[in-house]
Amino acid sequence: MTGPILDIRGLRKSFGHVEVLRGIDLAVKPQELVFIIGPSGSGKSTLLRCCNRLEEPNAGTILVDGVDLMDRRTNINAMRRHIGMVFQSFNLYPHLSALSNVSLALRKVVKKSRAEAEALALTALERVGLREKAKSYPSELSGGQQQRVAIARALALEPTIMLFDEPTSALDPELVGSVLGVMRELKQDGMTMLVVSHEMRFARDAADRVIFMDHGLIVEEAPPSQIFTSPREPRTRTFIAELTR
Amino acid sequence: MEALLNQFFNLDIMARALPLVLTGLKQTLLLCIVVIPLGLAGGLLVALLSLVPWRVFRWATILAIDFFRAVPPLVLLIFVYSGLPFAGIRLTPLAAVAVAFLLNNSSYYGEVYRAGIESVGRGQWDAARSTGLTLTQTLRNVVLPQAIRNVLPDLISNTVEVVKLTSLASVIALPELLYSADMARSLTFNTSPIVLAAGFYLLMLWPLVRLVSRLERRIAS
Ligand SMILES: Nc1ncnc2c1ncn2[C@@H]1O[C@H](COP(=O)(O)OP(=O)(O)OP(=O)(O)O)[C@@H](O)[C@H]1O
Ligand SMILES: [Mg+2]
Repeated sequence: MTGPILDIRGLRKSFGHVEVLRGIDLAVKPQELVFIIGPSGSGKSTLLRCCNRLEEPNAGTILVDGVDLMDRRTNINAMRRHIGMVFQSFNLYPHLSALSNVSLALRKVVKKSRAEAEALALTALERVGLREKAKSYPSELSGGQQQRVAIARALALEPTIMLFDEPTSALDPELVGSVLGVMRELKQDGMTMLVVSHEMRFARDAADRVIFMDHGLIVEEAPPSQIFTSPREPRTRTFIAELTR
Repeated sequence: MEALLNQFFNLDIMARALPLVLTGLKQTLLLCIVVIPLGLAGGLLVALLSLVPWRVFRWATILAIDFFRAVPPLVLLIFVYSGLPFAGIRLTPLAAVAVAFLLNNSSYYGEVYRAGIESVGRGQWDAARSTGLTLTQTLRNVVLPQAIRNVLPDLISNTVEVVKLTSLASVIALPELLYSADMARSLTFNTSPIVLAAGFYLLMLWPLVRLVSRLERRIAS
Protein backbone atom coordinates (compact mmCIF):
# COMPACT_ATOMS: atom_id res chain seq x y z
CA MET A 1 0.00 0.00 0.00
CA THR A 2 1.63 3.21 -1.12
CA GLY A 3 0.90 6.57 0.39
CA PRO A 4 -0.81 9.46 -1.34
CA ILE A 5 0.92 11.20 -4.24
CA LEU A 6 -0.24 14.56 -2.96
CA ASP A 7 -0.81 15.15 0.72
CA ILE A 8 -1.88 18.61 1.84
CA ARG A 9 -2.41 19.43 5.51
CA GLY A 10 -3.60 22.61 7.14
CA LEU A 11 -2.87 24.73 4.07
CA ARG A 12 -3.46 28.43 4.56
CA LYS A 13 -2.89 31.29 2.15
CA SER A 14 -3.64 34.98 2.47
CA PHE A 15 -3.40 37.81 -0.01
CA GLY A 16 -2.85 40.88 2.16
CA HIS A 17 -5.51 40.69 4.84
CA VAL A 18 -7.77 38.34 2.94
CA GLU A 19 -7.43 34.70 3.82
CA VAL A 20 -8.15 32.82 0.62
CA LEU A 21 -7.34 29.30 1.85
CA ARG A 22 -8.35 28.70 5.44
CA GLY A 23 -7.01 25.30 6.32
CA ILE A 24 -7.21 22.77 3.51
CA ASP A 25 -6.60 19.06 4.07
CA LEU A 26 -6.52 16.99 0.94
CA ALA A 27 -4.88 13.74 -0.09
CA VAL A 28 -4.78 12.39 -3.62
CA LYS A 29 -3.97 8.71 -4.02
CA PRO A 30 -1.99 7.25 -6.91
CA GLN A 31 -4.02 7.10 -10.12
CA GLU A 32 -6.87 8.99 -8.52
CA LEU A 33 -8.70 11.76 -10.34
CA VAL A 34 -9.95 14.33 -7.87
CA PHE A 35 -12.29 16.99 -9.12
CA ILE A 36 -12.66 20.38 -7.49
CA ILE A 37 -15.72 22.54 -7.96
CA GLY A 38 -16.78 25.72 -6.24
CA PRO A 39 -17.94 29.27 -6.79
CA SER A 40 -15.68 31.92 -8.29
CA GLY A 41 -13.24 33.24 -5.75
CA SER A 42 -13.50 30.21 -3.48
CA GLY A 43 -9.77 29.58 -3.80
CA LYS A 44 -9.61 26.72 -6.30
CA SER A 45 -6.86 28.22 -8.45
CA THR A 46 -4.94 29.33 -5.39
CA LEU A 47 -5.07 25.80 -3.99
CA LEU A 48 -3.66 24.40 -7.23
CA ARG A 49 -0.99 27.09 -7.42
CA CYS A 50 0.11 26.29 -3.89
CA CYS A 51 0.63 22.64 -4.89
CA ASN A 52 3.74 23.61 -6.87
CA ARG A 53 4.44 26.76 -4.89
CA LEU A 54 3.70 29.15 -7.72
CA GLU A 55 1.90 30.71 -4.79
CA GLU A 56 3.73 30.69 -1.47
CA PRO A 57 1.52 29.17 1.28
CA ASN A 58 1.41 30.91 4.65
CA ALA A 59 1.01 27.73 6.64
CA GLY A 60 0.60 24.01 6.25
CA THR A 61 2.49 21.15 4.71
CA ILE A 62 2.45 19.83 1.18
CA LEU A 63 3.96 16.45 0.42
CA VAL A 64 4.40 15.35 -3.16
CA ASP A 65 5.39 11.73 -3.48
CA GLY A 66 6.56 11.96 0.12
CA VAL A 67 8.77 15.01 -0.46
CA ASP A 68 8.01 18.03 1.70
CA LEU A 69 7.62 20.96 -0.69
CA MET A 70 7.85 23.48 2.13
CA ASP A 71 11.18 22.14 3.37
CA ARG A 72 14.00 24.60 2.73
CA ARG A 73 16.23 21.78 1.55
CA THR A 74 13.80 20.72 -1.16
CA ASN A 75 14.84 21.85 -4.62
CA ILE A 76 11.54 23.27 -5.77
CA ASN A 77 12.55 23.51 -9.42
CA ALA A 78 13.51 19.85 -9.47
CA MET A 79 10.17 18.96 -7.86
CA ARG A 80 8.08 21.10 -10.18
CA ARG A 81 8.90 19.02 -13.21
CA HIS A 82 7.09 16.17 -11.47
CA ILE A 83 4.02 18.32 -10.88
CA GLY A 84 2.51 19.01 -14.27
CA MET A 85 0.29 22.07 -14.53
CA VAL A 86 -2.23 23.01 -17.19
CA PHE A 87 -3.75 26.48 -17.24
CA GLN A 88 -7.07 27.88 -18.35
CA SER A 89 -5.35 30.19 -20.84
CA PHE A 90 -2.89 27.53 -22.14
CA ASN A 91 0.11 29.85 -21.68
CA LEU A 92 2.04 28.36 -24.56
CA TYR A 93 5.20 30.28 -25.47
CA PRO A 94 4.10 32.18 -28.58
CA HIS A 95 7.63 32.62 -29.94
CA LEU A 96 8.34 28.89 -29.98
CA SER A 97 7.01 26.05 -32.10
CA ALA A 98 4.88 23.34 -30.50
CA LEU A 99 7.94 21.10 -30.45
CA SER A 100 10.09 23.71 -28.72
CA ASN A 101 7.31 24.49 -26.27
CA VAL A 102 7.37 20.86 -25.20
CA SER A 103 11.13 20.32 -25.36
CA LEU A 104 12.30 23.52 -23.60
CA ALA A 105 12.13 22.21 -20.04
CA LEU A 106 13.44 18.82 -21.13
CA ARG A 107 16.58 20.57 -22.29
CA LYS A 108 16.96 23.18 -19.58
CA VAL A 109 15.63 21.35 -16.53
CA VAL A 110 16.18 17.68 -17.31
CA LYS A 111 19.37 18.55 -19.22
CA LYS A 112 18.63 16.33 -22.21
CA SER A 113 20.48 16.90 -25.45
CA ARG A 114 18.52 18.68 -28.15
CA ALA A 115 18.01 15.44 -30.10
CA GLU A 116 16.85 13.50 -27.07
CA ALA A 117 14.59 16.31 -25.90
CA GLU A 118 12.97 16.60 -29.30
CA ALA A 119 12.41 12.86 -29.55
CA LEU A 120 10.71 12.86 -26.15
CA ALA A 121 8.72 15.95 -27.10
CA LEU A 122 7.48 14.24 -30.26
CA THR A 123 6.37 11.25 -28.22
CA ALA A 124 4.46 13.58 -25.89
CA LEU A 125 2.86 15.37 -28.82
CA GLU A 126 1.92 11.98 -30.23
CA ARG A 127 0.09 11.14 -26.99
CA VAL A 128 -2.11 14.19 -27.40
CA GLY A 129 -2.61 13.46 -31.10
CA LEU A 130 -0.60 16.39 -32.40
CA ARG A 131 2.60 14.89 -33.69
CA GLU A 132 2.01 16.39 -37.12
CA LYS A 133 1.68 19.87 -35.59
CA ALA A 134 5.18 19.80 -34.07
CA LYS A 135 6.44 22.59 -36.31
CA SER A 136 3.39 24.82 -35.89
CA TYR A 137 3.44 27.94 -33.76
CA PRO A 138 0.74 28.48 -31.12
CA SER A 139 -0.91 31.20 -33.21
CA GLU A 140 -1.43 28.62 -35.97
CA LEU A 141 -3.28 26.22 -33.67
CA SER A 142 -6.87 26.15 -32.48
CA GLY A 143 -7.57 26.63 -28.79
CA GLY A 144 -8.14 22.93 -28.33
CA GLN A 145 -4.86 22.11 -30.06
CA GLN A 146 -3.02 24.70 -28.00
CA GLN A 147 -4.34 23.22 -24.80
CA ARG A 148 -3.27 19.75 -25.92
CA VAL A 149 0.23 21.03 -26.64
CA ALA A 150 0.21 22.53 -23.14
CA ILE A 151 -0.76 19.12 -21.77
CA ALA A 152 2.08 17.54 -23.79
CA ARG A 153 4.48 20.12 -22.36
CA ALA A 154 3.64 18.99 -18.83
CA LEU A 155 3.42 15.33 -19.79
CA ALA A 156 6.85 15.21 -21.41
CA LEU A 157 8.46 15.82 -18.02
CA GLU A 158 6.95 12.59 -16.71
CA PRO A 159 4.95 14.12 -13.88
CA THR A 160 3.75 12.05 -10.96
CA ILE A 161 0.66 14.25 -10.70
CA MET A 162 -1.01 16.70 -13.02
CA LEU A 163 -2.92 19.80 -11.98
CA PHE A 164 -5.56 21.19 -14.32
CA ASP A 165 -7.01 24.63 -13.71
CA GLU A 166 -10.19 24.96 -15.75
CA PRO A 167 -8.51 23.48 -18.83
CA THR A 168 -11.58 23.83 -21.04
CA SER A 169 -13.16 27.09 -19.85
CA ALA A 170 -11.45 29.20 -22.49
CA LEU A 171 -12.43 26.88 -25.33
CA ASP A 172 -15.23 27.07 -27.85
CA PRO A 173 -17.76 24.32 -26.99
CA GLU A 174 -16.91 22.25 -30.06
CA LEU A 175 -13.23 22.06 -29.02
CA VAL A 176 -13.82 20.99 -25.42
CA GLY A 177 -14.25 17.34 -26.35
CA SER A 178 -10.76 16.89 -27.77
CA VAL A 179 -9.13 18.15 -24.58
CA LEU A 180 -11.38 16.08 -22.33
CA GLY A 181 -10.60 13.10 -24.54
CA VAL A 182 -6.89 13.51 -23.86
CA MET A 183 -7.56 13.84 -20.14
CA ARG A 184 -9.68 10.70 -20.21
CA GLU A 185 -6.82 8.80 -21.83
CA LEU A 186 -4.41 10.09 -19.22
CA LYS A 187 -6.74 8.79 -16.54
CA GLN A 188 -6.86 5.41 -18.25
CA ASP A 189 -3.07 5.34 -18.41
CA GLY A 190 -3.03 5.74 -14.65
CA MET A 191 -2.10 9.42 -14.27
CA THR A 192 -2.87 11.00 -10.91
CA MET A 193 -4.88 14.15 -11.50
CA LEU A 194 -6.29 17.11 -9.60
CA VAL A 195 -8.76 18.93 -11.78
CA VAL A 196 -10.58 22.22 -11.27
CA SER A 197 -13.40 22.28 -13.78
CA HIS A 198 -17.11 22.62 -14.16
CA GLU A 199 -17.46 19.95 -16.83
CA MET A 200 -19.99 17.95 -14.87
CA ARG A 201 -20.36 15.20 -17.40
CA PHE A 202 -16.65 14.61 -17.44
CA ALA A 203 -16.64 14.59 -13.64
CA ARG A 204 -19.45 12.04 -13.61
CA ASP A 205 -17.67 9.49 -15.73
CA ALA A 206 -13.99 10.14 -14.97
CA ALA A 207 -13.66 11.50 -11.43
CA ASP A 208 -13.10 9.29 -8.43
CA ARG A 209 -14.01 12.03 -6.00
CA VAL A 210 -15.51 15.49 -6.22
CA ILE A 211 -14.60 18.22 -3.77
CA PHE A 212 -16.76 21.25 -3.25
CA MET A 213 -14.88 24.34 -2.05
CA ASP A 214 -16.30 27.56 -0.74
CA HIS A 215 -14.62 30.52 0.92
CA GLY A 216 -11.27 28.78 1.19
CA LEU A 217 -12.55 25.62 2.81
CA ILE A 218 -13.50 22.16 1.64
CA VAL A 219 -17.20 22.01 2.34
CA GLU A 220 -17.97 18.56 1.10
CA GLU A 221 -16.38 15.67 -0.70
CA ALA A 222 -18.05 12.64 -2.21
CA PRO A 223 -18.07 10.37 -5.23
CA PRO A 224 -19.50 12.16 -8.27
CA SER A 225 -22.66 10.06 -8.37
CA GLN A 226 -23.47 11.18 -4.87
CA ILE A 227 -22.44 14.81 -4.88
CA PHE A 228 -24.32 15.68 -8.05
CA THR A 229 -27.54 13.88 -7.15
CA SER A 230 -27.77 14.14 -3.39
CA PRO A 231 -25.34 16.68 -1.94
CA ARG A 232 -25.26 16.74 1.83
CA GLU A 233 -24.50 20.40 2.48
CA PRO A 234 -26.99 23.13 1.59
CA ARG A 235 -24.23 25.25 0.04
CA THR A 236 -23.22 22.40 -2.23
CA ARG A 237 -26.84 21.87 -3.17
CA THR A 238 -27.32 25.53 -4.10
CA PHE A 239 -24.11 25.55 -6.17
CA ILE A 240 -24.94 22.38 -8.06
CA ALA A 241 -28.48 23.55 -8.68
CA GLU A 242 -26.99 26.70 -10.24
CA LEU A 243 -24.60 24.69 -12.39
CA THR A 244 -27.16 22.28 -13.73
CA ARG A 245 -29.81 24.90 -14.34
CA MET B 1 19.47 80.40 -56.62
CA GLU B 2 22.98 80.17 -57.91
CA ALA B 3 24.30 81.50 -54.61
CA LEU B 4 22.24 79.01 -52.65
CA LEU B 5 23.52 76.06 -54.69
CA ASN B 6 27.03 77.39 -54.35
CA GLN B 7 26.77 77.77 -50.58
CA PHE B 8 25.08 74.45 -49.77
CA PHE B 9 25.57 72.06 -52.66
CA ASN B 10 29.01 72.94 -53.98
CA LEU B 11 30.31 69.64 -55.33
CA ASP B 12 33.87 70.93 -55.64
CA ILE B 13 33.99 71.80 -51.99
CA MET B 14 32.33 68.55 -51.04
CA ALA B 15 34.98 66.63 -52.92
CA ARG B 16 37.72 68.56 -51.19
CA ALA B 17 36.13 68.09 -47.77
CA LEU B 18 35.42 64.42 -48.34
CA PRO B 19 38.66 62.98 -46.83
CA LEU B 20 38.20 64.99 -43.65
CA VAL B 21 34.49 64.18 -43.42
CA LEU B 22 35.27 60.50 -43.96
CA THR B 23 37.69 60.42 -41.02
CA GLY B 24 34.86 62.00 -39.03
CA LEU B 25 32.47 59.33 -40.26
CA LYS B 26 34.93 56.68 -39.10
CA GLN B 27 35.03 58.22 -35.63
CA THR B 28 31.23 58.37 -35.52
CA LEU B 29 31.00 54.70 -36.53
CA LEU B 30 33.56 53.83 -33.87
CA LEU B 31 31.52 55.76 -31.30
CA CYS B 32 28.39 53.86 -32.34
CA ILE B 33 30.12 50.52 -32.06
CA VAL B 34 31.17 51.36 -28.50
CA VAL B 35 28.12 53.23 -27.32
CA ILE B 36 25.22 51.20 -28.70
CA PRO B 37 26.20 47.77 -27.32
CA LEU B 38 27.08 49.40 -23.99
CA GLY B 39 23.67 51.06 -23.87
CA LEU B 40 21.84 47.88 -24.86
CA ALA B 41 23.67 45.87 -22.21
CA GLY B 42 23.44 48.56 -19.54
CA GLY B 43 19.76 49.03 -20.26
CA LEU B 44 19.07 45.33 -19.86
CA LEU B 45 20.89 45.34 -16.54
CA VAL B 46 18.91 48.37 -15.37
CA ALA B 47 15.63 46.73 -16.41
CA LEU B 48 16.51 43.54 -14.54
CA LEU B 49 17.53 45.51 -11.45
CA SER B 50 14.21 47.33 -11.44
CA LEU B 51 12.50 43.92 -11.27
CA VAL B 52 14.29 42.86 -8.08
CA PRO B 53 11.60 42.31 -5.44
CA TRP B 54 13.67 44.09 -2.80
CA ARG B 55 11.91 47.43 -2.43
CA VAL B 56 14.79 49.71 -1.41
CA PHE B 57 16.85 48.34 -4.23
CA ARG B 58 14.12 48.91 -6.78
CA TRP B 59 13.58 52.47 -5.63
CA ALA B 60 17.28 53.21 -5.91
CA THR B 61 17.26 51.94 -9.49
CA ILE B 62 14.19 53.98 -10.38
CA LEU B 63 15.74 57.08 -8.80
CA ALA B 64 18.94 56.61 -10.80
CA ILE B 65 16.96 56.10 -14.02
CA ASP B 66 14.96 59.28 -13.41
CA PHE B 67 18.09 61.25 -12.61
CA PHE B 68 19.99 60.27 -15.73
CA ARG B 69 16.96 60.81 -17.89
CA ALA B 70 16.41 64.28 -16.49
CA VAL B 71 20.01 65.49 -16.83
CA PRO B 72 20.72 66.74 -20.38
CA PRO B 73 23.24 64.38 -22.00
CA LEU B 74 25.41 67.33 -22.97
CA VAL B 75 25.70 68.39 -19.33
CA LEU B 76 26.50 64.82 -18.37
CA LEU B 77 29.20 64.59 -21.02
CA ILE B 78 30.86 67.86 -20.04
CA PHE B 79 30.71 66.85 -16.41
CA VAL B 80 32.32 63.47 -17.08
CA TYR B 81 35.01 64.94 -19.30
CA SER B 82 35.82 68.19 -17.52
CA GLY B 83 34.48 67.61 -14.02
CA LEU B 84 35.86 64.19 -13.17
CA PRO B 85 39.53 65.26 -13.55
CA PHE B 86 39.00 67.30 -10.37
CA ALA B 87 38.22 64.00 -8.65
CA GLY B 88 41.43 62.59 -10.08
CA ILE B 89 39.73 60.68 -12.89
CA ARG B 90 40.97 61.75 -16.29
CA LEU B 91 39.32 60.10 -19.29
CA THR B 92 40.13 60.19 -22.98
CA PRO B 93 37.39 61.84 -25.06
CA LEU B 94 36.25 58.42 -26.30
CA ALA B 95 36.09 57.00 -22.78
CA ALA B 96 34.25 60.09 -21.55
CA VAL B 97 31.63 59.70 -24.26
CA ALA B 98 31.35 56.00 -23.47
CA VAL B 99 30.75 56.68 -19.76
CA ALA B 100 28.34 59.58 -20.26
CA PHE B 101 26.38 57.68 -22.89
CA LEU B 102 26.32 54.53 -20.78
CA LEU B 103 24.71 56.47 -17.93
CA ASN B 104 22.25 58.26 -20.17
CA ASN B 105 21.41 55.46 -22.62
CA SER B 106 21.07 52.71 -20.04
CA SER B 107 18.22 54.66 -18.50
CA TYR B 108 16.40 55.03 -21.79
CA TYR B 109 17.06 51.53 -23.05
CA GLY B 110 16.24 50.27 -19.55
CA GLU B 111 12.77 51.80 -19.68
CA VAL B 112 12.17 50.26 -23.09
CA TYR B 113 13.20 46.80 -21.89
CA ARG B 114 11.11 47.23 -18.77
CA ALA B 115 8.02 48.02 -20.82
CA GLY B 116 8.82 44.94 -22.89
CA ILE B 117 9.16 42.68 -19.87
CA GLU B 118 5.93 44.03 -18.43
CA SER B 119 4.18 43.32 -21.74
CA VAL B 120 4.79 39.60 -21.20
CA GLY B 121 1.92 38.23 -19.17
CA ARG B 122 2.14 36.47 -15.83
CA GLY B 123 0.90 33.31 -17.49
CA GLN B 124 4.22 32.94 -19.32
CA TRP B 125 6.11 33.08 -16.04
CA ASP B 126 3.68 30.63 -14.46
CA ALA B 127 4.00 28.17 -17.31
CA ALA B 128 7.79 28.32 -17.38
CA ARG B 129 8.25 28.10 -13.62
CA SER B 130 5.71 25.26 -13.38
CA THR B 131 7.93 23.15 -15.62
CA GLY B 132 10.90 23.74 -13.31
CA LEU B 133 12.72 26.48 -15.20
CA THR B 134 14.63 28.77 -12.85
CA LEU B 135 14.10 32.51 -12.76
CA THR B 136 17.06 33.18 -15.04
CA GLN B 137 16.16 30.37 -17.43
CA THR B 138 12.63 31.77 -17.62
CA LEU B 139 13.93 35.24 -18.36
CA ARG B 140 16.41 34.05 -20.94
CA ASN B 141 14.29 31.54 -22.81
CA VAL B 142 10.72 32.71 -22.36
CA VAL B 143 10.31 36.30 -21.20
CA LEU B 144 13.14 38.27 -22.81
CA PRO B 145 12.73 36.92 -26.35
CA GLN B 146 9.09 38.00 -26.27
CA ALA B 147 9.83 41.25 -24.45
CA ILE B 148 12.47 42.27 -26.97
CA ARG B 149 10.29 41.34 -29.89
CA ASN B 150 7.44 43.41 -28.46
CA VAL B 151 9.59 46.54 -28.10
CA LEU B 152 11.94 46.07 -31.04
CA PRO B 153 10.65 49.23 -32.81
CA ASP B 154 11.30 51.26 -29.66
CA LEU B 155 14.76 49.76 -29.23
CA ILE B 156 15.65 50.72 -32.80
CA SER B 157 14.10 54.20 -32.51
CA ASN B 158 16.13 54.73 -29.39
CA THR B 159 19.24 53.59 -31.23
CA VAL B 160 18.55 56.16 -33.95
CA GLU B 161 18.47 58.84 -31.26
CA VAL B 162 21.73 57.53 -29.83
CA VAL B 163 23.46 57.76 -33.21
CA LYS B 164 22.28 61.34 -33.59
CA LEU B 165 23.46 62.15 -30.07
CA THR B 166 27.00 61.01 -30.86
CA SER B 167 27.46 64.44 -32.47
CA LEU B 168 27.58 65.77 -28.89
CA ALA B 169 31.10 64.37 -28.73
CA SER B 170 32.15 67.39 -30.83
CA VAL B 171 31.93 69.61 -27.74
CA ILE B 172 34.81 67.75 -26.14
CA ALA B 173 36.77 68.00 -29.40
CA LEU B 174 36.33 64.40 -30.42
CA PRO B 175 36.56 64.68 -34.22
CA GLU B 176 33.39 62.79 -35.16
CA LEU B 177 31.32 63.38 -38.28
CA LEU B 178 29.74 66.71 -37.39
CA TYR B 179 32.94 68.07 -35.83
CA SER B 180 34.96 67.25 -38.96
CA ALA B 181 32.33 68.66 -41.28
CA ASP B 182 32.19 71.84 -39.24
CA MET B 183 35.96 72.10 -39.39
CA ALA B 184 35.79 71.79 -43.18
CA ARG B 185 33.08 74.44 -43.18
CA SER B 186 35.24 76.92 -41.29
CA LEU B 187 38.18 76.19 -43.58
CA THR B 188 36.22 76.68 -46.79
CA PHE B 189 33.72 79.28 -45.61
CA ASN B 190 31.11 77.11 -47.26
CA THR B 191 28.23 75.07 -45.78
CA SER B 192 28.44 72.22 -48.28
CA PRO B 193 30.53 69.95 -45.96
CA ILE B 194 27.71 70.09 -43.42
CA VAL B 195 25.25 69.04 -46.10
CA LEU B 196 27.63 66.21 -46.96
CA ALA B 197 27.68 65.13 -43.31
CA ALA B 198 23.89 65.33 -43.18
CA GLY B 199 23.86 63.02 -46.19
CA PHE B 200 25.94 60.47 -44.30
CA TYR B 201 23.66 60.64 -41.25
CA LEU B 202 20.70 60.10 -43.56
CA LEU B 203 22.41 57.16 -45.21
CA MET B 204 23.07 55.54 -41.81
CA LEU B 205 19.71 56.22 -40.23
CA TRP B 206 17.20 56.05 -43.02
CA PRO B 207 17.27 52.21 -43.22
CA LEU B 208 16.73 52.04 -39.47
CA VAL B 209 13.84 54.47 -39.61
CA ARG B 210 12.25 52.47 -42.43
CA LEU B 211 12.75 49.28 -40.45
CA VAL B 212 10.93 50.82 -37.49
CA SER B 213 7.91 51.72 -39.62
CA ARG B 214 7.79 48.26 -41.10
CA LEU B 215 8.05 46.57 -37.72
CA GLU B 216 5.39 48.85 -36.29
CA ARG B 217 3.08 48.05 -39.14
CA ARG B 218 3.68 44.33 -38.66
CA ILE B 219 2.98 44.54 -34.94
CA ALA B 220 -0.17 46.55 -35.56
CA SER B 221 -1.54 43.94 -37.98
N1 LIG C 1 -2.25 37.31 -6.74
C1 LIG C 1 -3.35 37.67 -6.02
N2 LIG C 1 -3.34 38.81 -5.30
C2 LIG C 1 -4.41 39.15 -4.58
N3 LIG C 1 -5.54 38.45 -4.50
C3 LIG C 1 -5.63 37.31 -5.20
C4 LIG C 1 -4.52 36.86 -6.00
N4 LIG C 1 -4.89 35.70 -6.58
C5 LIG C 1 -6.14 35.45 -6.17
N5 LIG C 1 -6.59 36.40 -5.33
C6 LIG C 1 -7.91 36.43 -4.66
O1 LIG C 1 -8.07 35.21 -3.99
C7 LIG C 1 -9.40 34.75 -4.06
C8 LIG C 1 -9.42 33.35 -4.60
O2 LIG C 1 -8.95 33.36 -5.93
P1 LIG C 1 -8.86 32.07 -6.82
O3 LIG C 1 -8.36 32.49 -8.14
O4 LIG C 1 -8.12 31.03 -6.10
O5 LIG C 1 -10.39 31.64 -6.94
P2 LIG C 1 -11.03 30.56 -7.89
O6 LIG C 1 -11.83 29.67 -7.01
O7 LIG C 1 -10.01 29.93 -8.74
O8 LIG C 1 -12.02 31.44 -8.75
P3 LIG C 1 -12.44 31.29 -10.28
O9 LIG C 1 -13.49 30.24 -10.34
O10 LIG C 1 -13.01 32.63 -10.62
O11 LIG C 1 -11.22 30.96 -11.05
C9 LIG C 1 -10.13 35.74 -4.94
O12 LIG C 1 -10.87 36.59 -4.09
C10 LIG C 1 -9.05 36.48 -5.64
O13 LIG C 1 -9.44 37.82 -5.87
MG1 LIG D 1 -9.59 30.01 -10.82
